[in-house]
Amino acid sequence: MGVAATIVIIIYVLRLFSLQLSSDDYKLRADSNAFLHRIQFPARGAITDRRGKLLVYNQPAYDIMVVMKEQVGIDTLDLCRSLGITRDWYERRMVEIKDKRRNPGYSPNTQQLFMSQLSVKEFSQFQEKLFRFPGFYTQKRSIRQYTGPYAAHILGDVGEVSPADIEADSYYRSGDYIGTQGIERSYEKQLRGIKGSEILLRDVQGRIKGRYQDGRFDQQPIPGKNLTLSIDLELQKLGERLMRNKLGSIVAIEPATGEILCMVSSPSFDPRTMVGRQRGKKHRELSQDPMKPLLNRAIMGLYPPGSTFKTSQALTFLQEGIINPQTAFPCSHGFHFKGLKVGCHGHGSPLPLVPAIGTSCNGYFCWGLYYMLGNRTKYHSVQEAMTRWKDHMVAMGFGYKLGVDLPGEKRGMIPNAEFYDKAYKGSWSGLTVISISIGQGEVTLTPLQIANLCATIANRGWFITPHIVKEIQDDEIDTLYTRRRYTNVSPVHYRTVVEGMQRAVEGGTCHAARNPWYITCGKTGTAQNRGHDHSVFMGFAPRDNPQIAVAVYVENGGWGANYGVPLGALMMEQYINGHLSPESEQKAETFANKTISYGSYAR
Amino acid sequence: MAATQDKSIIRSIDWLTIFIYMGLLALGWMSICGACYEYGEPKDFLSLASFDTRTGMQLVWIGSSLVLGTVILLLDDRIFDTFAYLIYTALLLLLLATPFLAHDIKGSMSWIKIGSFSLQPAEFAKFATSLALAKFMSSYGFRLQGSWRNLAISAALMLIPMALIVLQKETGSALVYFSLFLMLYREGMPGSFLFSGIAAVAYVVVGLRFSEQPALGGLVTMGDVYVALLIILFVLILLFVYCRPAAIQESSDYTGASGSFYAIRQRRYLYILLFAIGSIGLHLSASTLVDHLAEHQQKRIQVLLGLRDDPSGVGYNVIQAKIAIGSGGLEGKGFLNGTQTKLKYVPEQETDFIFCTVGEEEGFIGSAVVLGLFLALLLRFLYLSERQPTAFGRVYGYCVFSIFFFHVLINIGMVLGLMPVIGIPLPFFSYGGSSLWGFTLLLFIFLRIDAGRIRMTR
Repeated sequence: MGVAATIVIIIYVLRLFSLQLSSDDYKLRADSNAFLHRIQFPARGAITDRRGKLLVYNQPAYDIMVVMKEQVGIDTLDLCRSLGITRDWYERRMVEIKDKRRNPGYSPNTQQLFMSQLSVKEFSQFQEKLFRFPGFYTQKRSIRQYTGPYAAHILGDVGEVSPADIEADSYYRSGDYIGTQGIERSYEKQLRGIKGSEILLRDVQGRIKGRYQDGRFDQQPIPGKNLTLSIDLELQKLGERLMRNKLGSIVAIEPATGEILCMVSSPSFDPRTMVGRQRGKKHRELSQDPMKPLLNRAIMGLYPPGSTFKTSQALTFLQEGIINPQTAFPCSHGFHFKGLKVGCHGHGSPLPLVPAIGTSCNGYFCWGLYYMLGNRTKYHSVQEAMTRWKDHMVAMGFGYKLGVDLPGEKRGMIPNAEFYDKAYKGSWSGLTVISISIGQGEVTLTPLQIANLCATIANRGWFITPHIVKEIQDDEIDTLYTRRRYTNVSPVHYRTVVEGMQRAVEGGTCHAARNPWYITCGKTGTAQNRGHDHSVFMGFAPRDNPQIAVAVYVENGGWGANYGVPLGALMMEQYINGHLSPESEQKAETFANKTISYGSYAR
Repeated sequence: MAATQDKSIIRSIDWLTIFIYMGLLALGWMSICGACYEYGEPKDFLSLASFDTRTGMQLVWIGSSLVLGTVILLLDDRIFDTFAYLIYTALLLLLLATPFLAHDIKGSMSWIKIGSFSLQPAEFAKFATSLALAKFMSSYGFRLQGSWRNLAISAALMLIPMALIVLQKETGSALVYFSLFLMLYREGMPGSFLFSGIAAVAYVVVGLRFSEQPALGGLVTMGDVYVALLIILFVLILLFVYCRPAAIQESSDYTGASGSFYAIRQRRYLYILLFAIGSIGLHLSASTLVDHLAEHQQKRIQVLLGLRDDPSGVGYNVIQAKIAIGSGGLEGKGFLNGTQTKLKYVPEQETDFIFCTVGEEEGFIGSAVVLGLFLALLLRFLYLSERQPTAFGRVYGYCVFSIFFFHVLINIGMVLGLMPVIGIPLPFFSYGGSSLWGFTLLLFIFLRIDAGRIRMTR
């Protein structure tokens, strides 16, 4: 019997050995039993404009929590009235909470989310009555708030993570917030910070009994980094004011740095309406609006650049030796050749390059492209010529995404030889594609690409990838946004084009941009499309040591001089002078009050 | 005179057992502290010893047990012999009355309330039954072997309190009395009885374990097949042990006469045949037998055998117990630092599942020390029993051994997931005055009887 007892004890010791020492499995299961890892959310980084004006900050919002076991016997009618919800909604919500499939963390003993993101006002009203509703609690959360109704497209917004987000990045847990649009999305990693955690002890009924080892293993959350945007809030405000009741975009870039000074996309919306509980409803409303206010036209709108594109053609032809500054082409109200006609307005003929830019002569650039694509001493085939042309365009930042630090940028369209081979089954020539030389036809650019073209000219041959974040707290911005990108055109030719653009302001299509303070260079565009022409302008100033390059695109605004030139001039004045002169202010008000009727056709 | 007797008592007491007893009491109290400690309360001794806490109450039980033990040691050892039947009868009456006086606590009718304390008479019936058995089996000319009458009376002495305890719906405590068959074996009950009992348990367990797997085209279950194989195996063992010519020639009733050899062998063949038939009969009625158990007991057995995976029901206790112990590791989480027990994940952690606290807070080392102490105690009981000059002392000693062995075997085995969940306390560890007093009485009466051996041998 002693032997039997000894054997039993030995078996038990072996069993203890296998339970306690052979694996960590039980230890892990014990931890998941007893430890509640409560996440502590870091404050999301704040966002300011280039002068330090606050744009985005965090504000408290309150979630209403409920403990099912404790909330028996409350006056539900009173509760619904206090929270401004219907009885129906209440019943539905209660069923949802208890549904373990939709709410896997459900326990009747712990707090469950009943209603999310009450405003401070709603919260304080409810707080007064809270004592009447045992089992209901409030929990503070932090949500985004915006200082003004501006820059909605740039700032973007924050929403709950999707299952795909969780799949893609293990940082996220269900219910977390993530930037879904704008810089909230593209700088998510910098803005979000690092979550902290505290280890709480949870008893068998799910009640919290205290902190494990008095918080020795807790981790403090690391707040997100603050961002300084390159946006100038005053300039952005002016741009948004000028574009009121018009469709289109204004983009301004500081040429020396590639910093985007303003990025207006119209119509816009007030980002302050996109927070809290009404976000979903508001978002749905906006997404169904036929004017597409959610679309950031500055980087997603694909437009024919019209005559602003002629500058890039002049540069290409000069670099390729197709023309020199003295080369003159005839233009008799347009380009007439072999039955093909591209119209033009009245001006002297023939014209050399500088006045051709100044008057925006269509004929000149048609001839230029015709001679380039038809040149068989320099290029073996039209395809080769076309490829060279395309390479110049791509080097200027067209046809591909520029790489701006905002999500959703479109690449635009620069046709290449293969494209035309396919479209015309190999049988095409310079004449077939002649309209691309004046920024029509297959060519489309985003307003950002037009602004970047202007900045490149202002820099006489290089640009830095346009970007919207100027500084990241305790961090460097991506080297992509500090490196110069040179085009394939020599600075000498850029000087010629600058001369042409100066001519356009001083005695050509852009004369309305003239001002007593600094020399402005500009180029209009009047882009044909299905409806009324689009009014386009790009310009920079001052001519030497330029501070700002701007592109204005007003859909169906008519001549470039109608809207593009005055709007662009006002933008430049605001930025360079820091304010508008009284006359300019009056002009700005006039334009702000102009409305372009777009009818009801879907865009 | 009294002084010299005291001196001889001090010299003749088995101090080693008392040391082990004290060690287990101390470790037991530490475990109670671990199991009853509420998270966030102060951890100093005075707060733990405060009488309005369970840890403080357990100190009262421990203190009173020490007094009780001392009193018993000061008594004359002969009064146990003298009053054995009286004590036994009194306890039987108390057990009989208990269901009528008791309040229903979780379905059990075994607790009598006296003032603010509750007492469980079943815990005291163990030593009383042991005394009665010792008295009966030490009577003049008593012989167990070959006397069906004596065996039946001995068994009855055990089975009567057992039946009364079953009436109180304390099946676990009742099962303890089966352990006394170990003592009967020592006292001459044929080993084949014990063997039959163990075989019966084996049939039931194996039959149940495989009862849901069909075999031979669905006619029978795999359980039937395995049990049949077991029966064949057991029969072969019995034939080998009892029917070899050498075995027969060595047996006590072998006279050497040639006819007698065959007669013995024929009788033994008959017994083995009966064993086989009984085995088959038992197995065939096994499922019916199971149907007669209460539902929660059926479940417990099925969960233990792995027939049922039920992490939230009965299996929950066993899983949580294993988690708590397994998370202790080598050195444990330290006194009062267990998380599973503190946060009440382990049910009944201060009573039946107290060993979880040992495993979690003291780790493998502490648990092994506790198991080692129990083994030392059990082996000491055997040693002390064998040195008794009287049958009374020896029988009582074996009863003490059997009862302690059963408690340790079942309780710790249950917590470790090796035995079915049968609700019996772990001696000196589980919370409660009744069980602590019961085990103290059982042990100290034996020590007092043992201390009296000096006089007997002189």
